[in-house]
Amino acid sequence: MSDAAALAAPTTTSPVSRLLGAAARQRELSLLLVLGLMAILVAIRAPQVLSASNLTDVSVLAAIIAIAAVGEAMVVITRNVDLSVEAVIGLVAFTVAAALSNHLLSTQAAWAFGIGLGLVLGMINGIVVAVFRVPSIVATLGTLSVYRGIDFLLAGGKQVTLTELPPGYTNAARATLVGIPIFVLIAVAIVAVCALVLRQTRFGRSVYAVGSNPEAAEILGIRTALVTFVVFSVSGLLSGEAGVLWGILFGTINATAATGVTLQVVAAVVVGGVNIFGGSGTVVGAALGALFLGFISNALILVRLSQFWLQALYGVVILIAVALDAFLLRRFQRSATARRRR
Amino acid sequence: MNGRARRWVASLGRWEVLLLAVLIALVVYGTTVSPVFLTGRNFANAISAVIEVAIMSLPMALIIIAGEIDLSVESMVGLSASILGYLYAAGVPIELAIVVVLIVGALGGLLNGFLVTRIGLPSLVVTLGTPALYRGLALVVLESRGISQFPEWFTGFGFGTVPGLPIPWPFVVYLALAFVLAVLLHGTWVGREIYAIGKNQAAARFSGVRVARIKLWLFVLSGTVAALAGVILTARMASARADVGTGLTLVVVTIVLLGGVDIFGGRGTIPGVVLAFLTLAVLGNALRLTNVSSDIQSIVVGLLLIVSVVIPTLARRAKGAYDRAQGGRRLPTGSVGGPGEMASP
Repeated sequence: MSDAAALAAPTTTSPVSRLLGAAARQRELSLLLVLGLMAILVAIRAPQVLSASNLTDVSVLAAIIAIAAVGEAMVVITRNVDLSVEAVIGLVAFTVAAALSNHLLSTQAAWAFGIGLGLVLGMINGIVVAVFRVPSIVATLGTLSVYRGIDFLLAGGKQVTLTELPPGYTNAARATLVGIPIFVLIAVAIVAVCALVLRQTRFGRSVYAVGSNPEAAEILGIRTALVTFVVFSVSGLLSGEAGVLWGILFGTINATAATGVTLQVVAAVVVGGVNIFGGSGTVVGAALGALFLGFISNALILVRLSQFWLQALYGVVILIAVALDAFLLRRFQRSATARRRR
Repeated sequence: MNGRARRWVASLGRWEVLLLAVLIALVVYGTTVSPVFLTGRNFANAISAVIEVAIMSLPMALIIIAGEIDLSVESMVGLSASILGYLYAAGVPIELAIVVVLIVGALGGLLNGFLVTRIGLPSLVVTLGTPALYRGLALVVLESRGISQFPEWFTGFGFGTVPGLPIPWPFVVYLALAFVLAVLLHGTWVGREIYAIGKNQAAARFSGVRVARIKLWLFVLSGTVAALAGVILTARMASARADVGTGLTLVVVTIVLLGGVDIFGGRGTIPGVVLAFLTLAVLGNALRLTNVSSDIQSIVVGLLLIVSVVIPTLARRAKGAYDRAQGGRRLPTGSVGGPGEMASP
């Protein structure tokens, strides 16, 4: 079927096809364009979208999702998925808040503790997937339930409220540096470091190699199990950081914190152009995906569309992004075949 | 060892036999911790607590044997309950509403199957997106309302038992479905083709198996049965809300894998899945009777899920190492698709 289609499809030179191909290759750029276009459309109906305070609100929450999405992107590039991020964020947010409210840790130590806890949880995921060879979807579905269960066990029915936290601790959520929220700067720094590592280092290239062809990578001498273990650990670490920030942003934390966030994180990664089959995509794209989704949900609220539509919308956005990827990939391969034939 | 003795020993190592041993041990344990454990009423309670999950685990077993997965079932339960509640509250007779809901379930499954078989997306990704869609639609339909005051016969179906027997009506539905699917899987050409797809999809296609069509029907079946589970859950709870069923997918997949179905497809049996359901039901019941908090149960289910995949993998590796030590043929030791005897049908 693909042969016949390749012969019958000399559309490789049509402008539409070329545009689609370019969009596929430059996902980051096209996301920015769509984002800009949407901003204009929404601003016409609800000008308060572009107010400084609203932009801060959107970007601060999006920054947290983006940090988790960077870790998730690295996992997805290796042809795995980490469904436990929301449980890691929730567990870290609660334990950090509980430790602070009981004066067990200083604020700096609490940050380190949260990130360290995330790292440990991520390493557990990594061991289950890389050493015991449990498919990542099953492994992280299991640890999602285990981590959330521990969260419930620790929290009971209790919650830590804003007033129990050290004074000034939650100020970081509103703090800015040269007009940019600190959270956004943290996210940008994390994205920059991870992008550099993925692009410039031997480890970064091996992450892509493992995702595009695990067997070939193994033959080339890449230790695929080690790479898999490391990306899950990094995902845990970044989810830990996201958990600490989550606690600062919301202040009041109970055992159900961050429920449903995995969906947003995976959506951000997929919308950001990371191939769900592994092997391609960038962390910059994933971060932009997080910003894009954050902006959509904010715009929905501002144009007074029911909050109930939000989840359905996330589902549709994921499906469209993934279907588009598969479509473009097939198209690209087809045109490559056609070119070779000519 | 002679052939017969060897086979007998090998059958002891079968996953189903191990499960049965665990189940018996749990029953003995339950009897010692609580005097009410072995009563008919408690049996009905134990079964009812996880009956929706059990029903959904049957088509899920077929889907996983065929090498796919359906993570959208819990959201379909929510959508089904919401539409049922919405229609009933709007004055539609409950019988008609049930029919509509089952059709919606089939359509939802059709969408999953279409995206997997026609667009060529991995089921994992599709059923990461469609649950958000279905749950979202459930929220749109019912918002934060709760619908109750369903007809008495309907709720009676949910928590009533067969007259004179400690068997809940939904369990009868479960047994009927288990019987039909066991015959389909283990006794017909369709079943052989499902195994063939899961073992080697390309080889199956070249042998004339209509892979896409079978997978499509499996997803439709899964969606319809998930909608049925939503109806049963509504009847049992005597109320409908948009957020019902949250977290059930995890338990469904756990039952299937605990039942000895290989997560990589191609291997597993319906009797194994039935035994896994009974084991989980008895375990949950025993934990409840000993006043263990439900948080521990969620941890136990999560661990069980991981362990039930780890054990066959380790066994396979051990067998590979053993075979090599015997100086026999070199067998691949990798876990993916490696030869194993743990749960071969």
